[in-house]
Amino acid sequence: MAGDVARTGVTVVSGAFLGMPAFPEAARAAVHDATLRANLRHATRTIRDKRARAVAELADFPQLRAAGHAVKDHTLRHLDTYLLRLEAAVTAAGGTVHWAADAAEANRIVTELVLATGEREAVKVKSMATQETGLNEALAEAGIRAYETDLAELIVQLGHDRPSHILVPAIHRNRSEIRDIFRAEMGGWGRPAPEGLGDDPRELAEAARLHLREKFLRAKVGISGANFMVAETGTLVVLESEGNGRMCLTLPETLISVVGIEKVVPTFRDLEIFLQTLPRSATAERMNPYTTLWTGTTDGDGPRTFHLVLLDNGRTDTLADDVGRQALRCIRCSACLNVCPVYERAGGHAYGSVYPGPIGAILSPQLRGTASGIDASLPFASTLCGACYEVCPVGIDIPEVLVHLRERIVQGGPVTRAGARVRIRPARGHAAERAAVRAARLLLDRPTALHTAERLLARARRLRHLPGPGRAWTDTRALPAVPAEPFRDWWRREREPQR
Amino acid sequence: MRVALFVTCVNDALYPGTGIAVVRLLERLGVTVDFPAAQSCCGQAVYNTGYRYETEPLVRRTARAFEGYRYVVTPSGSCAAMVREQYPRIGRRAAAEGRGGELAELAAGLAPRVYELTEFLVDVLGVTDVGAYFPHRVAYHPSCHGLRALGLGDRPRRLLAAVRGLELRELEGAEECCGFGGTFALKNPDVSVAMGVDKVRAVGASGADVLCGGDNSCLAHLGGLLDRRGQAVRAVHLAEVLAATEERPWPGTLRERGSRW
Repeated sequence: MAGDVARTGVTVVSGAFLGMPAFPEAARAAVHDATLRANLRHATRTIRDKRARAVAELADFPQLRAAGHAVKDHTLRHLDTYLLRLEAAVTAAGGTVHWAADAAEANRIVTELVLATGEREAVKVKSMATQETGLNEALAEAGIRAYETDLAELIVQLGHDRPSHILVPAIHRNRSEIRDIFRAEMGGWGRPAPEGLGDDPRELAEAARLHLREKFLRAKVGISGANFMVAETGTLVVLESEGNGRMCLTLPETLISVVGIEKVVPTFRDLEIFLQTLPRSATAERMNPYTTLWTGTTDGDGPRTFHLVLLDNGRTDTLADDVGRQALRCIRCSACLNVCPVYERAGGHAYGSVYPGPIGAILSPQLRGTASGIDASLPFASTLCGACYEVCPVGIDIPEVLVHLRERIVQGGPVTRAGARVRIRPARGHAAERAAVRAARLLLDRPTALHTAERLLARARRLRHLPGPGRAWTDTRALPAVPAEPFRDWWRREREPQR
Repeated sequence: MRVALFVTCVNDALYPGTGIAVVRLLERLGVTVDFPAAQSCCGQAVYNTGYRYETEPLVRRTARAFEGYRYVVTPSGSCAAMVREQYPRIGRRAAAEGRGGELAELAAGLAPRVYELTEFLVDVLGVTDVGAYFPHRVAYHPSCHGLRALGLGDRPRRLLAAVRGLELRELEGAEECCGFGGTFALKNPDVSVAMGVDKVRAVGASGADVLCGGDNSCLAHLGGLLDRRGQAVRAVHLAEVLAATEERPWPGTLRERGSRW
């Protein structure tokens, strides 16, 4: 039951990212990695321009955006109702619904379901929810091999790497790096790369196809996520480009889908909005090549057994925050990553989460809390330029949530953790800043004192290098030339006597 | 017509030339300018760093300082956006926390009266040719808050296009953030500088000898990079470009007391 999830949920997240350095340190390495910078610059700029053209084609895109925003907000407001409706509809259609309060529970459920089939391997559709829970690692511990079948996820898996983008997880790799990974690693996972494999994209795709085909045809268990779940009909929806998802969703005997609870929409009709906005925002396509919809099980067609694992993992806690909850509207299109100038230079790994970029900077600290160094630094990983909000197809005001989370970190305040309302203390490491802000505010609220400070500043105007935190400025940027007098003094001298 | 100049703390302390330029420009267009001395800082940097409670006294001060003025004009897109977007939000949060409606009322009273300089010129005064003369090749960087929060659109470019002697150069990637971002410049210096370097490279490629913008905070960041990299491009606020005439040309950066402005 949805209510139980809220009360018992204890968020446990994949260990893959624990111990990450805070964002500024992680970003420093990326900024100075010329290959990475070039790969990201090329990839993000290409998709950025294409998205802008694809969206501009639809005269009613602003209305579609507003409709998507409204449908998602309505659903989140009545989430318990729609989740129960979904459970009833999926069950009536022959599926089995499981409720997972956190990552560990979801992984345990899936592991037991796979073991019960007697199989020791599964093919996977690209899924953010199972990345979030660290399912592959959990399955591996139980002796189950999970094969990623999305081309980019395959590259990441073969390269013992981590995804750096929601939609294009291997965006940080170029094609010669991909060829090297295929040559070195494919043999260890199944069919090896063809002799003399080059780095032509068509050759690389063909090598992946051959490698994956034997897995599709052999696998008895498929594991997926879903882009949408329809409460009214119990239908799940996956949008994809390569057709690997279609294979995984139709060929195996058992299908297990792990889906975040915020992915539910009330009616089938609601899909008309998102099937237009998602592909255009994500891959800049008018329509994605493969859209697979399934409702429970059908005799003689597709998997004979279907399990849906509904994942909370911090979502109801996030829902309790009246500013932060808008992050749950996200449909994982990645448009905000592609336009973000910070993401373009820092790369996805610096965000220390399966959700990088602007959406990750507001999602990770809410799903995981702000206790760790990386999570406490993410809300500050933005210039608040607003490009993300501008392109978001469900109107998430990411800068608003970033500032809200900054406040939570430096001031502390009420939050919901594991279903309970608690007051968190200000994060460590902000004491000096807090004192400086307080001093600045006292000064700024007293124009006479401010005026004195401005005159003192004018005396120190020959300064070239600042000490302490100011070095972060003067190491690379000259200071503005401090004027001999502030504006106030000019005004007093030049204009006051005339009045 | 009488307006209040909201000069902003950054301009008051570091760029008095911009404030003086606004005064000269508006007076040339027949506007009477007041400078309410009770003004200080809008609180943007404090608020955006997460200190909402510390921002509240500055909201109160700013709103009271400009009471009674139909038009409050500011040469900063980001400070205008702070008042218009965030003040009402700060007021609503205070009310929601059970601390009364005073801040919300003050914010609602001030927000619609605040105009960024180009909005005031184009929308209120209805002018695009302000009679300026500025014989330089100029690239215009539209700062993010002016561009996306206020929606200034082509107002600044229309004003620049009407300046005699001015040659407007295309800036590649103009709408991309320069990397300043307030305390971002200090908290994430590597990414901030990487963004700024890309921007000043684009400025170099544009062939401009002046980089013009509507926010001196962004120009401080970019000007600081131009300076350290030895690029012969000056960062100049839009108000200073529009204030310059043949009789009273742009005097350069105002370093000395009693400048020629």
